[in-house]
This record gives sequence, structure tokens and C-alpha cells, in this order.
Amino acid sequence: MNKQEFLERLRASLNGLPSDDIEGRIAFYNEMLDDKIEEGMSEQEAVKSVGSIEKIVIDIVDDIPLAKIAKERIKPKKRLIAWEITLIVLGFPIWFSLLAALFAVAISLYAVLWCVIICLWAVFVSFIACALGGIFAGVIFAAEGNLPTGAAMLGASLVCIGLSVFMFFGAKAATKGILILTKRLALKLKACFIKREEA
Amino acid sequence: MDVQLKRGLLDVSVLSAIKNEDTYGYKIIKDIKPYIELSESTLYTILKRLENTKMLTVYSSEHDGRLRKYYHITDGGIKRIEEFKNEWKEVMAIYKFVTKGDDTRE
Repeated sequence: MNKQEFLERLRASLNGLPSDDIEGRIAFYNEMLDDKIEEGMSEQEAVKSVGSIEKIVIDIVDDIPLAKIAKERIKPKKRLIAWEITLIVLGFPIWFSLLAALFAVAISLYAVLWCVIICLWAVFVSFIACALGGIFAGVIFAAEGNLPTGAAMLGASLVCIGLSVFMFFGAKAATKGILILTKRLALKLKACFIKREEA
Repeated sequence: MDVQLKRGLLDVSVLSAIKNEDTYGYKIIKDIKPYIELSESTLYTILKRLENTKMLTVYSSEHDGRLRKYYHITDGGIKRIEEFKNEWKEVMAIYKFVTKGDDTRE
């Protein structure tokens, strides 16, 4: 193929592109081929060295729509998102109930922890109530003349006071421990979500 | 090589090829060939883009009884090369960081 043939074929292949772009490219190849011929190549060799017209056309079409390439790159992501939305909508009965169940379990676990704390403090309060009641009952029994029963009541109330002191420290320590535990659990849960987001 | 990266490298390569003296298409191709693959159609696109962004200007000059297009770098083009050099320093620093310890690992 000589230079003229090549340029004519190239022009025909580029039909459809903006005309000034076509003319610019034809002139560019014309000059390029002249320079190669001037350097000592034959016309045929020069034409061969710039590659097949098909390849050139592909390159040109590839180069032109820069914005189109960008759009093309975004497209698959968009499609995926639409697909995901469909899945999310269709899966709503499943994932929502699962999520609700998970949420309920989490809340009940949390409630159980607080129940333990409340129970411990309730025991503490009941010990104090027993002690107060015992003193009160002991005084009444003693006033009525039933000294042994009164003394037993007072003794029991003293035991209750003693136990309540232990209970106070025990409940306090247990509360602290449980609160620290829940905090740690919450942190771990958070870490799980953050890691998933990063991935 | 990443398309965007190659595009940027080619732009700077073409600017560097015309940095010292005004030159023409075939000479640019010949000068760049040893370093980076560049087809004629790609060069045309790059030259057009650099002209549109005012990194270079084009003029025709007679050569051996025909007209030849010559490309002349502008201040903007020279600035682009300098920017590239600075950017590349950062890239090299990152490269160093990325490959750190590569030879000590099994």
C-alpha cells in the first residue's frame, strides 16, 4: 500500500469523526510518512511502520472520548448499586427480622446484666431492712418482757448489719465489673463494624 | 501500566522532547521510543491536548519543499515539567516506603 492509498483508506475509516479532527490526523500521518520516507524508508515500509488502519482507528476512538471513559468506569459501580438496592428491598423480610432479633438479643443481654446489678443491690437493701426491723422488733420484744426473743432479734439484726457491709462492697465491686464488661463489649462491637467498613 | 499514569507520563515526555528546541512529530516519536511506547495516533492526541491546554504552540515551517508542523513549548509547558519533577520526588519517597523491607523478607 502506498502513502496515498493509505491516507485515503484512513480518511474513509475515520468517517463520522469531527471533520477538523480527521483533517488534522490525515495531515499528521502525511507528514509522518514523508519524514520516514525522507529518512530512507520506502513508501511501503513507511506505511507498514505506522501499523494497520484498523489498529489506528481503534487507538483514535480509544483516545477521543476521555469523558466517556470516565463514565464507563462509573457505570458498573452504578449498576451494582442498583442491583444491591433490589436485593435489599427483596430481602427486607429476612434481614429486617434477623436484625430485629439480633437487636432484641442484645437488649436482653444488656437487661440481664443490669438485673444482676439490681438483684445484688436489692439483697443489700433487704439486709439493711432486716437489720432495722430486727432492732425495732428486738426493742418491742424486750419492752414486752420477752428478753431472750428480744436479744435474739437484736443479735440477728447485728448479723444483718454485718452482712450488709459485706454486701455493699460486694455489690459495688460487681457493678463496677459489669459496667467495665459492657463497655468492653461495646468497644469490641464497634471495632467489628469499623473493620467491616474498612474492608 | 495504569492508563491515567501513562497518560500523564506521556504528556511530560512529549513536553521534554520539545523542551530544548522546537521539533516535529516524527522526531518526537524517535526520541521517546527508547523510553516509552508511543504510537503515532497517540502522539497526535497528546499534541492536540497539550496545544488545547496551552502547554505548547504549533507553527508550520517549510522543509524540503513541503510544510512541516513544529511544536514549541510554552511557559506553561515548562512549568508542567517542573511540577512533574516535584511530584515524582513524592512518588519516589512513597516507592521507598512501599518497598521498604522487601529484600529482608523471605
